[in-house]
Amino acid sequence: MEELLGIPVQALFGQILLGLINGSFYAILSLGLAIIFGLLNIINFTHGAQYMLGAFLAWMGLSYLGVGYWTALLIAPLLVGLTGIAIERLLLARLANVDHLYGFLLTYGIALVIQGLFRNYYGASALPYPVPAELRGGYDLGFMFLPTYRGWVVAISLAICLATWLLIEKTRLGSHLRAATEKPGLTEAFGINVPLLVTMTYGAGAALAAFAGVLAAPIYSVNPQMGADLIIVVFGVVVIGGMGSILGAIVTGFGLGLIEGLTKVFYAPASDIVIFVIMIVILLVRPAGLFGKA
Amino acid sequence: MLAVRDLHAWYGEQHVLHGVNFEVSTGEIVTLIGRNGAGRSTVLKSIMGLLHRRTGSITLEGREVLGLPSRTVARLGVGYVPEDRGIYTTLTVEENLFLPPEVRKPEFSVRQILEMFPNIRERLASGASKLSGGEQQMLAIGRVLRTGARLLLLDEPTEGLAPVIVEQIGRAVTLLKQAGLTVILVEQNFNFAAAVADRHYVIEQGHVVDMIPNAERDQHAAKLQKYLGI
Ligand SMILES: Nc1ncnc2c1ncn2[C@@H]1O[C@H](COP(=O)(O)OP(=O)(O)OP(=O)(O)O)[C@@H](O)[C@H]1O
Ligand SMILES: [Mg+2]
Repeated sequence: MEELLGIPVQALFGQILLGLINGSFYAILSLGLAIIFGLLNIINFTHGAQYMLGAFLAWMGLSYLGVGYWTALLIAPLLVGLTGIAIERLLLARLANVDHLYGFLLTYGIALVIQGLFRNYYGASALPYPVPAELRGGYDLGFMFLPTYRGWVVAISLAICLATWLLIEKTRLGSHLRAATEKPGLTEAFGINVPLLVTMTYGAGAALAAFAGVLAAPIYSVNPQMGADLIIVVFGVVVIGGMGSILGAIVTGFGLGLIEGLTKVFYAPASDIVIFVIMIVILLVRPAGLFGKA
Repeated sequence: MLAVRDLHAWYGEQHVLHGVNFEVSTGEIVTLIGRNGAGRSTVLKSIMGLLHRRTGSITLEGREVLGLPSRTVARLGVGYVPEDRGIYTTLTVEENLFLPPEVRKPEFSVRQILEMFPNIRERLASGASKLSGGEQQMLAIGRVLRTGARLLLLDEPTEGLAPVIVEQIGRAVTLLKQAGLTVILVEQNFNFAAAVADRHYVIEQGHVVDMIPNAERDQHAAKLQKYLGI
C-alpha cells in the first residue's frame, strides 16, 4: 500500500474526509451561534437541542408519516425555526434588559427540557436513519473511496455557509443585521424594526442547527444526546474563531474539523482533546479569538 | 410642525429635563443653545424616542409621539444626526448612506446629496471607519436626507471640525432650509448658529429659559454671552 509520511494514503485521506465532515457540522453550528451571539449577545445553549430536534424531526417524519429525506431537509429547519421564533418572542425578548447571563441560563434550561422530553419518550439508544436512495454508493477516487453522502454533506455545508456569509456581508438585509449588531438603539431610530430582526435571526440560527441535524441523521445515530455531545466541541470552535465573527466561525469550523481528523491519524488518543487544547492556547494568547476584534 | 410640552426625562434615577417647552414651525431652523450638560442632546433623544423614561407631550403635526417606539418616530419623518455622528464602522460608506429606509419622497436625490458632499462620493466603497470627522458628519447628514425626513435633528454638527468643513456643512444646512425642511440644531458654535437659524431656544439645567429670534441677536448680545458662558 502507498504511504505518505509513513501513513497509509487510504487512512490519511479517510481521516481528512472525516475531519471535513465533522468540520461541516462545526461550521454550520458555530455559524448559527455566531449570528445569534452577534445580535442577541447571548450564547445560545439551546443550539445542540435544536440540532438534535432537526435530526429527530427527520426520523419521526420518516417513521410516522413516511416523509423522506429531501422534504425533511426543508421542513425540519422550518419547524425548528418557528419554535425558535416562539422562544425568542415569548421568553428571550423578556430578558433583553437584564444581564446576558439570564439568557444563557434560560437557553441552557430549554435545552435540558427538550433533551429530557426526548430521552423520556425515546430512551437513550441510537435510532437508525437511512441514507437517501439518491445519495447511496460512492466514487472510487483512486487514492480513496468517497461515499456519495459524505461528499454531499461537505458540499452542501460549504454552500450553506457561503450563502449565509453572502447574505450577511453583501445584501441590504445583511447591512441591517450588521447595523443592528453594532448600534441597536440608533438602528431602531433610523426606522428599522430591530426587535423583528432579532427574532428572525434567532429563528434563522435555530433553523441552521436543525438543517445540520437532518444532514447528520444518516451519518451519526439519531439520539436525544447527540446535540449535547457535539455542542461542547462547537463552543470550543466558537471561542477559537472569535465570538460573533461570521467568517471566523466558518473557517474555524472546517479548519478544526480537519485538524481533529489529522490528529486521529498521527496521534489518535489526542483527537478528542485537540480542539480544547487549541482553545486554551488561543484564550491565553488571543482572548478575542482568531477572527474576533479585541 | 413640532410642539414639546412640559417634557421631563430621566437617565435611570437622574432627572435631566424638568419641563421643557418649545415649538418649531414647518420650514424653520431652530437652535437649542446653552452650556455643556444643559440637556440639549437629551431633548433630541427624547423626541427620537431613544430615552425611555419621559413624561409630558411631544406632538409631531398634531400627533402625540411620546409613547411611540423610535422606529415609528423615524417613519413619521424625523431624521436624527447624533452627537457622535452614529457612523457604523462595520459597514461601508455606501451601506451607511443607504441604511435607513426611505420614509417619504426625498427633497434631495442621492446624486444631489453626493454633489453636496463630494468627499463622500469618492469614498462610497470604503469602510466607514476610514472617514475623517468631517466626512463622518457629511455622511451622517446625507444619510438622513436620503430618507426624505422632513424634520431633522442635528446634534452639534460642527463640533471639532476645521473651519472649511464647518463652512461646507453650513452651505448644506442652507440648502436644507431652501428646500423647506425643518431643522432643530443643537449648536455650541454661535456664529454658525446665527448664520443659519431663525430662532434660538436657550436651555439651562433642563429648562427652556429664553427664546431669542435670530434677527434680534445683536440687541441681546450680552444675555447671549451669559447663556453660552463665553
Ligand atoms: N447616558 C447618560 N446617562 C446618564 N446621564 C447622562 C447621560 N447622558 C447625559 N447625561 C447627563 O444629562 C445631563 C444633560 O446631558 P446632555 O447630553 O443632554 O447635555 P448637552 O446639553 O447636550 O451638553 P453637551 O453635549 O455639551 O455635553 C448632563 O448632566 C449629563 O451628565
Ligand atoms: Mg450634547
